[in-house]
Amino acid sequence: MFDNLPLWPTAASSHARYEDWLFIFLTVVSVVMTVLIFAVIAVFAMKYRRRHGREATQIEGSLLLEIGWSIAPLGIMMLMFAGGAVLYFIMRSPPRDSAQVYVVAKQWMWKLQHMEGPREINQLHVPVDRDVELIMTSQDVIHSFYVPAFRVKQDVLPGRYTTLWFRATKPGTYHLFCAQFCGTMHSGMIGEVTVMESKDYQAWMTSAAPSGSLAQTGMTLFQQLGCNTCHLNDVQGRGPVLKGVYGNPVQLGDGRTVTADENYIRESILVPAAKVVSGFRPIMPSWQGQVNEEQLNELIAYIKSLNPPPTGEAVTAGAPGGTTPPPSAK
Amino acid sequence: MSDRAGIGETPLAVEHEERPELRHHFADVEQQRNAATLGMWWFLGTEIMFFGGMFCAYLVYRRWYFPEFAASSRSLDLIVGTLNTAVLICSSLTVAMSVRAAQLGRRTLQVKLLLATIFFGLVFLGVKAYEWNNKYKEHHIPTFSFSANDLIKENQKLFGLDQLQNDPAKLQERKAEIQRRSQIFFSLYFALTGMHAIHMVIGVGLFGVITWMAYKGRFTPEYHTPLEIAGLYWHFVDIVWIYLFPLLYLIDRRPGA
Amino acid sequence: MATAAVTTEKKNYLNAEYGIRSWLLTTDHKRIALLYLLSITLFFFIGGFFALLIRLELLTPAGDLLTADMYNKAFTMHGQIMVFFFLIPSIPAVLGNFLIPMMIGAKDLAFPRINLLSWYIYVAAGVLYIYCLATGGVDTGWTFYTPYSSMFSNTHVVEAGLAIFIVGFSSILTGLNFVVTVHRMRAPGLTWSRLPLFVWSHYATSIIMLLGTPVIAITLVLVVLERTLNLGIFDPARGGDPVLFQHLFWFYSHPAVYIMILPSMAVMSEIIPCFSRKRVFGYTFVAMSSIAIAAIGFIVWAHHMFVAGISLYSALVFSFLSFLVAVPSAIKVFNWTATMYKGSVSFSTPMLYAMGFIGLFTIGGLTGLFLATLGVDVHVHDTYFVIAHFHYVMVGGAVMGYLGGMHFWWPKISGRMYPEGWGRLAAVVVFIGFNLTFFPQFIVGYLGMPRRYWQYPPEYQVYNVLSTAGASILAVGYLLPMVYLLWSLRYGKIAPDNPWQATGLEWRTASPPPTFNFEETPEVTWEAYEYDKMPLPEEVTLER
Repeated sequence: MFDNLPLWPTAASSHARYEDWLFIFLTVVSVVMTVLIFAVIAVFAMKYRRRHGREATQIEGSLLLEIGWSIAPLGIMMLMFAGGAVLYFIMRSPPRDSAQVYVVAKQWMWKLQHMEGPREINQLHVPVDRDVELIMTSQDVIHSFYVPAFRVKQDVLPGRYTTLWFRATKPGTYHLFCAQFCGTMHSGMIGEVTVMESKDYQAWMTSAAPSGSLAQTGMTLFQQLGCNTCHLNDVQGRGPVLKGVYGNPVQLGDGRTVTADENYIRESILVPAAKVVSGFRPIMPSWQGQVNEEQLNELIAYIKSLNPPPTGEAVTAGAPGGTTPPPSAK
Repeated sequence: MSDRAGIGETPLAVEHEERPELRHHFADVEQQRNAATLGMWWFLGTEIMFFGGMFCAYLVYRRWYFPEFAASSRSLDLIVGTLNTAVLICSSLTVAMSVRAAQLGRRTLQVKLLLATIFFGLVFLGVKAYEWNNKYKEHHIPTFSFSANDLIKENQKLFGLDQLQNDPAKLQERKAEIQRRSQIFFSLYFALTGMHAIHMVIGVGLFGVITWMAYKGRFTPEYHTPLEIAGLYWHFVDIVWIYLFPLLYLIDRRPGA
Repeated sequence: MATAAVTTEKKNYLNAEYGIRSWLLTTDHKRIALLYLLSITLFFFIGGFFALLIRLELLTPAGDLLTADMYNKAFTMHGQIMVFFFLIPSIPAVLGNFLIPMMIGAKDLAFPRINLLSWYIYVAAGVLYIYCLATGGVDTGWTFYTPYSSMFSNTHVVEAGLAIFIVGFSSILTGLNFVVTVHRMRAPGLTWSRLPLFVWSHYATSIIMLLGTPVIAITLVLVVLERTLNLGIFDPARGGDPVLFQHLFWFYSHPAVYIMILPSMAVMSEIIPCFSRKRVFGYTFVAMSSIAIAAIGFIVWAHHMFVAGISLYSALVFSFLSFLVAVPSAIKVFNWTATMYKGSVSFSTPMLYAMGFIGLFTIGGLTGLFLATLGVDVHVHDTYFVIAHFHYVMVGGAVMGYLGGMHFWWPKISGRMYPEGWGRLAAVVVFIGFNLTFFPQFIVGYLGMPRRYWQYPPEYQVYNVLSTAGASILAVGYLLPMVYLLWSLRYGKIAPDNPWQATGLEWRTASPPPTFNFEETPEVTWEAYEYDKMPLPEEVTLER
């Protein structure tokens, strides 16, 4: 019981250090306030304890004091608010070039899929010092992805994607918990996040990804389902060209402009009539009921891979974007 | 304000003796009436919060699923709904008039107006039952073999279905979505009108009691507090309907659409 | 020491009438307060029993005492019972009911029969909840989150939801009674600025009860309808939104926590001036802070949802507002402390509870700031840090206030003095036991232990063992008053009308009071808390 008695959680992400300093600031303020109040009460209790011959002095109040002890705490609290808000803003803004991992939560396990292909259950391997973004959805009830060592947490909802990102800074193995009550084995829906040095991570990746990257599987599916018959590679067909679509604004037929993120792509596959691109007729069929969550992730990964890489960065292993023209199938 | 020196031979005690409706813990009838009225207003405040939760849910989903809400709304019988609204407004009129009759000490008139109120209330409930029965026949009651097929048939353009004729698979999917979203409308429709109807039933029961009290001559120009506060309740239930009616029945009505 | 046999017993509300009918059909607010006291104490024990199961299970990391499902039901029902059937009614329905008419010089509340009805509604709801418990219980967590509660749980969600729906009306009617009573039934001369702060705080509480409770009522109705009729309002596969449930739920449940703490603050505002022999420092500010807490408390609900999927924008707004709501609470703590300055302080049992309250509420309130801080909340949300925070305010705060108030007004209610030595001992035991139970939970929560966990990683065990040890001490602290308060009913010293020489109209009538409270309706020409005009009380000695 006393082995490794932890007093402070390991800090293993870039968020963690910032969060810990903020927490320490809050703790110091709280301790000071608490000690102050305790001390003042103790002093008053002793100094003004009941004694014969000494009467209490009636005091109405003091406007100055009231204003003072309202403004001062308010000021300190605004510092707390600002610190927390900035950190939260950072936590809610995944960097554009994050390595992405898809997460599907279900009672009572975590299923993870790397872009490069490997699938994991209740385990997540990530390289150190690399931004990682998790794109998560649930198959049933609300769960919550929580890694205390990284100080990150995000509820995982059915019917929607939510995201979480981190940059691990220390190799090691850390707890992964489900943090939203989800039924009988909520406390068993736990796992491990393993942070590895780059070399080790590459080695693990190649041994764990026999069937090709997520995007490659997605490309195969894209062809199998016939998507390539309307969404041609470079020439406009019955549907828009998908190269360069992901992450960019899309003009819709009804005048709105939306960003083509994961939610948009997913919706366009399942409910194509919802947001039709301007200039195209709403003729795309729906695959509702015909593709499961994993397949949706593969298709989305493939479409993402069609984006031209930013200049200067090598195309990573397993991104097939635009190399071979798809066979035409009529 | 009467002198509150205490119990005994004071004017206070006399008032308690002369006015049997004055309860022992109140100093005078005016205080009792003020308390009752204030109590009823606060209670109506809680009712606003109660319906408010459902109105909130309605507003959220209406914004998200406007076409389905519009089409479902149009499937409600506007004439019957308007008739019901008129019936309820009339019933509020008769309630207000009965309070006036009490102020004038006219017992028979009071009773007649109260009976008219109950009558209107029952008409409203009967018409509601008729409407719900229609909804049942049209398969618009959620989970009881719900089907939005008729809505689909009548609103091809609104749902964008006319452009999907070529593609059966896609058409199927859009139809399934319309079914789901219309069912949300009707779930809220029945929750809202059902909750309203429960309040109407309570109101009718309440007025049954009030009518009996009026018949027995319990109300005088000086004291008719139960009638007043029951009237407040009735007016509130009326106002809830006046909000429900346009929100449910009038979403997207236009001539010829 | 006086015995119970008194030859000429004065007529008071306890002996005015005998027989079970006179109690079950009473409209006397004081008797109704005692009826509530019995019922909420019963539920406190049931809720406490579930706490016992939880703490025993958590002694070891493995789930070896209960099955996972049993554990999930234990924490769910512990929470639901303690919140809805104990804390929310506690001070208002017992002390509020008993004291408010007397404090304003009235003979009863505005609507005595509705008062009795509110108790029967509570009992009906309680019976339904016990039925739910007996037939298998409910396991959704006290928060009933969808879609687990609406579609996946196999437990008696409908019965539990309906029971809480019903008990809400008990709350609403109590609040209604208080608001109208304070508005319309004050004695002549008793202006708002002369009201005891106990009344101000309960007034603010009642506003929240009235305006907030109906929202959870309708929310639970929708969940029940979804479960029974398969409606799909919160089911994403059918177009519904589970997060909408959370907004509706927390819209009430956040103000609800203020329903639980404001009455305790009300008690503090009576005890501290009395045992400092001084008027409250900054009366107007303390009165207005109650109203401010009630008002701002309605617009902070989504701070329970920072990682639930709300927008960044919303999160920023709600975090900011949540800091604002801390200010009026801080004002109260400072003003109470300042009340002791240059006072004449005595360390009676109620005062010990009050000082304990200030300490524990301060810690609880400050840890609330951690939760309002967005970046930190991401880490500690849904961990034991949150559990420690809310137990500090609800138990260290609200329950301490309840116990302090029960001791302070015990002579008035029962006509007997409790044994002072035992009272002080119990207060200290509660304070120590409480801190030992819940302080380790801050640490283990920051270390990452999530809440609602039947089993946990072994490195968290030390903290859990400490916590359970503390809980056993806390339990003793709670049992002691049960024993000696009951004992005092028969063997306690007969209480004078005003043993504490306190201001307040309730002390100007007999202990226990006559059924109609006052022989003559008082006419108030003095300000609240005029302790300079009061003599010192007799020294309360430690002998039995």
